[in-house]
Amino acid sequence: MALLEIERLSVSIGATSILRDVDMTLDRGMVHALVGESGSGKTMTALALMQLLPHGAAMNGHIRLAGKDIATASESEMCRLRGAEIGMVFQEPMTALNPVKTIGEQVAEGIRWHTGASRAEAEEQARAMLDRVGLPPARFPLDRYPHQLSGGQRQRVVIAIACALKPRLLIADEPTTALDVILQAQILDLLKSLVAENDMGLLLISHDLAVVADMADRITILRRGEVVESGETVRVLSAPADPYTRRFTQASLHMPDRPAPKAASGTPLLSVGNLTREYPGSRIELFSRAVPTRAVDNVSFEMAEGQSIALVGRSGCGKSTLARMVLALDRPTSGEIRLDGQRIDNLPDDDALRQARQKMQIVFQDPYGSFDPRQKAETLVAEPLHLLDRKPTPVERRERVATVLERVGLSPDDMDKYPHQFSGGQRQRLAIARAIITGPKLVVADEPVSALDVSIRARILDLFADLTGKLGLAWLFITHDLNVARAMAEHVIVMDEGRIVEQGRTDDVLQNPQSEAARALVAASPDLRLILSGKLREQG
Amino acid sequence: MTIGQALRNPSFAAGLAITLAVAATALLSFAWTPYDASAMDIAAKLQAPSAVHWLGTDHFGRDILSMIMVGSRNSIAVALVAVGIGAGLGIPLGLAAAARGGWLDETLMRLNDLVFAFPALLSAIMITAIFGPGVFNAIVAIGIFNIPVFARVARGAALSLLRREFILAARAAGKSRSRIAVEHVLPNIANLLIVQATIQFSLGILAEAGLSYLGLGSQPPMPSWGRMLFEAQTMIGFAPHMALFPGLAIVVTVLGLNLLGDGLRDVLDPRLQEQR
Repeated sequence: MALLEIERLSVSIGATSILRDVDMTLDRGMVHALVGESGSGKTMTALALMQLLPHGAAMNGHIRLAGKDIATASESEMCRLRGAEIGMVFQEPMTALNPVKTIGEQVAEGIRWHTGASRAEAEEQARAMLDRVGLPPARFPLDRYPHQLSGGQRQRVVIAIACALKPRLLIADEPTTALDVILQAQILDLLKSLVAENDMGLLLISHDLAVVADMADRITILRRGEVVESGETVRVLSAPADPYTRRFTQASLHMPDRPAPKAASGTPLLSVGNLTREYPGSRIELFSRAVPTRAVDNVSFEMAEGQSIALVGRSGCGKSTLARMVLALDRPTSGEIRLDGQRIDNLPDDDALRQARQKMQIVFQDPYGSFDPRQKAETLVAEPLHLLDRKPTPVERRERVATVLERVGLSPDDMDKYPHQFSGGQRQRLAIARAIITGPKLVVADEPVSALDVSIRARILDLFADLTGKLGLAWLFITHDLNVARAMAEHVIVMDEGRIVEQGRTDDVLQNPQSEAARALVAASPDLRLILSGKLREQG
Repeated sequence: MTIGQALRNPSFAAGLAITLAVAATALLSFAWTPYDASAMDIAAKLQAPSAVHWLGTDHFGRDILSMIMVGSRNSIAVALVAVGIGAGLGIPLGLAAAARGGWLDETLMRLNDLVFAFPALLSAIMITAIFGPGVFNAIVAIGIFNIPVFARVARGAALSLLRREFILAARAAGKSRSRIAVEHVLPNIANLLIVQATIQFSLGILAEAGLSYLGLGSQPPMPSWGRMLFEAQTMIGFAPHMALFPGLAIVVTVLGLNLLGDGLRDVLDPRLQEQR
């Protein structure tokens, strides 16, 4: 008997249909991936399993857990099941933990509630569980609070809570999206070993096909609330039957056509020399001196005109701090930055800096947070025009905005819309339009595609490549995703703990990393093509 | 969002109606009142409400309806100017504190705490007691205590906004901090400030009534709601209408403004707008 059987599951909220006739089965000890783009109904399926659908949602169909239909179970029956039989790991470890309770309490809470164990017994079990997920009590005592742990450690606590009672079914909703690749690999390994050890079934929700290919035995692909294709993972991903699955896998493997880089000549566009940025540390004792933290430590590199460089590294390695200093949004503690041969790190906030800013712009990660919600697209895109020596007239301004909107694949009619009227991908195009309106030579892109769906991400990468050719732009891509680096940059710089540990041609560095940090990054980054060919070989 | 949609919010609609009615009464009093508000008619003193004097007369035979109408001007003017002082000084200070940070932020916020530490009405009494009673001093006293309220609201809202990426984008576009504060921060926190302003307005009316009750607000013969209550208190046993009607005027006005503030909070919330 299958552990979990979902039969003709439909969910609707009001007149909107969220899920339509979803079928799925999951066996013990298996990993089943639920894959789709945002809005496809992945999370809704998980919530329906837990009977935690939002108010006003109506559900139809059968959900059988070990043969028992739980679609019609009462709330008190579900309370017994949740936590004990079904465990859930959430995406954001920051918000999934209660900030005012210790990690020990939070793990023990479920144990006491479900088994009626005494405080001491529950604590003992919690200690064992935290030890199992890689938080040994000797180093991570039970009385730690969530804020005293890092993101990866917090996700381990969430997993400990979910697995404390050895549930038969574990649901993990994008468990590694908020983590960098190295932590992602560790968390995925942990989930895999817990599944094997406890003979659990794992329902893994993800949009990342590389992660899924590595983890899942079976896969179900959802699109707009309907199952598009379902089957054995390697079979579905290597030989997709449905055209949507084919497009989806192709988008995940997409490499844009980059124009051949021109030979560098003359003065470099950007040169960074011995750059260091220290932040004042916190004082441990009243009269002891605070030890400053070095976010960026003695960094030097050069960038030629029209060159694309990827700056890669784990989160917290100093890449964003470095980017801010390059854009003169933060000042270095020591060292120098030259743009077109002119020093920009020590410029006062006046005309000279304004001139320099015309030549460099930025595209942010979050297409939602990077626009003032109360201004129209025209005002937002035209904002950098403020840097020009001669302010354009309102008519000229509209013309320029219309031109850049067309260039990034939007329509001039979009000028009068507000940011919330655009989709995530369109908003990222808007951000790019804003960045190129002054005709800069350098654009810094901070994780520009990591918040986007796979198919949109492929199109945005194409846009970057297209603009490189047409405008002769130099791009500095900041990313922890080696696939983006591979797709976009001929040159890669690897940072670790504030220092540059390795740099060189992208292919050389990523195929044959020399430094410890680069090797770890490459090893942890899932590569869909490699995983699939490996698995196909295994199967013969 | 149109005004029609906004009026579907019951507390906004009720609050707006009451506030407009009070404002209309005040405006009407410039052109017409049933009697001259300061004209005494000892023969007709202490009359209960009747067809001649709708709300009755006081111990000097003055018409209470006319006094309430004229008194509303005073209440509204004092509260309005006091809110103006509070918002006009408090919002720029709060924005500056948030945008600049460092010692400026520390200094301004500690000064803020200092003003907050004194009970507002007691300190207003102190100020008017030192500088003498009168409308002008009452306005200044109430206004000063509005400054930290607006400064704190503006600073708090601005701080969370200043961490957003579009602020960084504006800086990359070379805009100065003060320009960013005006162009990006202010429009995004305006709804919070408007709601706060209506609440402070109602508190201002209460404070003015309190000061006049103590004889520290507007001086005779200018009618005022607070002083009408004061004059009524010794006669409450045999002329309860003298206390009842000015009291009701204060209650209704403050209630209307609070409903308006409550309604505005919902109406201006962009998340609620999306759903409509």
